[in-house]
Amino acid sequence: MSDNDSSSRLSFRHGVHPEEFKHLTAHMAVERMPFVEDYVVPLSQHAGAPSVSLVQKGQRVSRGEIIARADSFVSVAQHAPVTGIVTAIELGEHPNGLLVNAIKIKADPFSAQTVDKKILMPWKDLCLKEFITAVQTAGLVGLGGAGFPAHVKFSIPEGKKCTTIIANGCECEPFLTSDHRIMVEFAAELIQGLTILRHFIPAEKVVIGIEGNKPDAIDILRNEIQKQGVDYEVVSLKVKYPQGAEKMLIKAVLNTEVPSGKLPIDIGALVSNVGTLVAMAQYFCESIPLIERVVTVTGTAIRRPTNLMVPVGTPIRHLIEWCGGVTQDAVRILLGGPMMGIAQKTLDVPITKGISGVLVLTENEVQELSTYKCIKCGRCIDVCPMYLNPSLMGLLARKDLYEELEERHVLDCFECASCSFVCPSGIPLVQSFRIAKNVIREKKAKEKSKQN
Amino acid sequence: MYQVVFALIPVIGAAYFFFGLSVFLVSLAAVSACFLAEWLFSNGEPRHKSLMDGSALITGLLLALTLPPGFPMWMAFIGGFASIAIGKIIWGGLGQNIFNPALVGRAFLQAAFPTAITTWSLPDGHYFSARGTNLAWPFFQVESLDAVTSATPLASMKFQHESTDIVNLVLGSTSGSLGETSGVIIILAGIYLASRKILNWHIPISVLVATALVSGILYFVNPALYPSPLHMLFSGGLLLGAVFMATDPVTSPMTIKGIWIFGFGIGSLVVLIRIFGGLPEGVMYAILLMNGLTPLINRVTRYRVYGTK
Repeated sequence: MSDNDSSSRLSFRHGVHPEEFKHLTAHMAVERMPFVEDYVVPLSQHAGAPSVSLVQKGQRVSRGEIIARADSFVSVAQHAPVTGIVTAIELGEHPNGLLVNAIKIKADPFSAQTVDKKILMPWKDLCLKEFITAVQTAGLVGLGGAGFPAHVKFSIPEGKKCTTIIANGCECEPFLTSDHRIMVEFAAELIQGLTILRHFIPAEKVVIGIEGNKPDAIDILRNEIQKQGVDYEVVSLKVKYPQGAEKMLIKAVLNTEVPSGKLPIDIGALVSNVGTLVAMAQYFCESIPLIERVVTVTGTAIRRPTNLMVPVGTPIRHLIEWCGGVTQDAVRILLGGPMMGIAQKTLDVPITKGISGVLVLTENEVQELSTYKCIKCGRCIDVCPMYLNPSLMGLLARKDLYEELEERHVLDCFECASCSFVCPSGIPLVQSFRIAKNVIREKKAKEKSKQN
Repeated sequence: MYQVVFALIPVIGAAYFFFGLSVFLVSLAAVSACFLAEWLFSNGEPRHKSLMDGSALITGLLLALTLPPGFPMWMAFIGGFASIAIGKIIWGGLGQNIFNPALVGRAFLQAAFPTAITTWSLPDGHYFSARGTNLAWPFFQVESLDAVTSATPLASMKFQHESTDIVNLVLGSTSGSLGETSGVIIILAGIYLASRKILNWHIPISVLVATALVSGILYFVNPALYPSPLHMLFSGGLLLGAVFMATDPVTSPMTIKGIWIFGFGIGSLVVLIRIFGGLPEGVMYAILLMNGLTPLINRVTRYRVYGTK
């Protein structure tokens, strides 16, 4: 194990090195955000079908109670983040910029806000099917950002075999430190979560991948592994963006590539974010469903950057207030990191399960470059971790040539934004690919429905 | 792009030091023609934008620096106009051209005015005088007022088998085009641009390595017949071409592998043209030829997309 200690050479090729800014919050212990008055729980916080509400306006709900059930297999349950009264089920703000149906809850100021715990069967007595259902009922989704329902990932398709479970503790986005703090402060739960997962998915190897800039997390987890007497391996990875992308992590840890259009499980790998594993352990050991998560509130425009444990559904207004507000020159609020985060238009937008950071940037930091023509310098090609040709794809996207874009593997682009980051002409490359991907997917869906 | 202009200032300064005010006259003519062509033909978008992006300025300056000190201004003006019109706009504007615009302009002048573009004079150290031929009236032949015309180091090597003192070559006190003589200044400018990541250092290095390698082999075979690699590197427009022309991102390949193919192509062609061709200098044609091959090189050196075979 120790041969990985100092080297941190394991990585993928290409990628970028944005300034980290993690020092703002990396040392700050997670503090609990006090309860606020209003909560907004969007019924769609995950990839797949939105959950179906089980409550009515005016109904009293208690913290941890199921308030919406999974609609289909690719969907999860939602739980009340606070004890209070349902004030409305109506359209509400969502971090992705859309309005989606949401359950709005007014917190009961006199409630003790203890979690409404159900007695669960010990996880060792569950069968695989019961485990999958339990994960779905716990409302677990990938906490790294994509929000893919965890139980779908854990359902290994027939004929496939999981050989390696990889816990993703890279956290390669600048500024964000929520996964870092989770690994430091919830090490026991993380290892426990891996043990539970391996019980149901008997992988040969369990690896925790962490970027080398978190040596404290690496040490703590190695100690915890010894303490719990398990054979998991902690590997230190090179600090490089986007090391935390599933495909890049697999390349770094296993030195294999996920074939285009396939899933990691097709090559026997299962990647899960460290936060998801901790949340899973908390559900099976303490029967606390996914009702809160760690969020880094940071940025040079935040007066008191810190890491917060926040109930899902808390409007970001309260997080920013709790962190001392913003400085005069604050101009942009992002949910997520600076590379892939989504700019917000309102402070009413709630923290959802996939949001790991609230980032407020100053005027200087978001200076918009005027866009020039592509001069074919090839820098985007040199950094694209998927080895695509963003320069050419950018020209194709500008002319709406979607078939050619598909031939150029635009669907393999996972929108890490490295190309936009290095473009000297300030061309919004990743933005145009995002649009192109949506257009191509819609077209495919239409063709499919026509055939049926 | 203005970083490139900053890096050109010492090169222009060296040209002033060696050739006097001529450098400003020729530059003025070339740059103003570039701006005029850019303004006349760029109607697809706000005109001030393409004028201000710096590319026309760079093209004009680079063209001027490849011309002889006594080059008539009106010819430089035509060259500058051709650079932008034929070298850039006709292809669709910035980013779309296949050939380096400044070199297209120079090739145009080489074809149009073969005598004027090969009439060289030695540095004279007169800081406040220009060469009279600079001010020649269009379409009138003017008797050269310059008493001293002088062969370039490459020409004397080729036709008289005389090699020039390497110290003079490095410092630049030889005859040649305005901006090409002072190797040391160009190298410093190149290091500056590479450190600011404005240019891709693989390009000049691959060109120079190839030139040194190919000429080194020839020199090793017969040192009496062929010039030394050092003479090759520091004479003519090689350094200016390697640092400022071949590095044009638009007309060079986009992958590292492609860049080394490109650089080796330029280096070998330079040596082949200089030693076995009819002309004493071959940097311009070497770069233009490899510019033409660049789309093909890009195609051949395409990366394998992650997760595909």
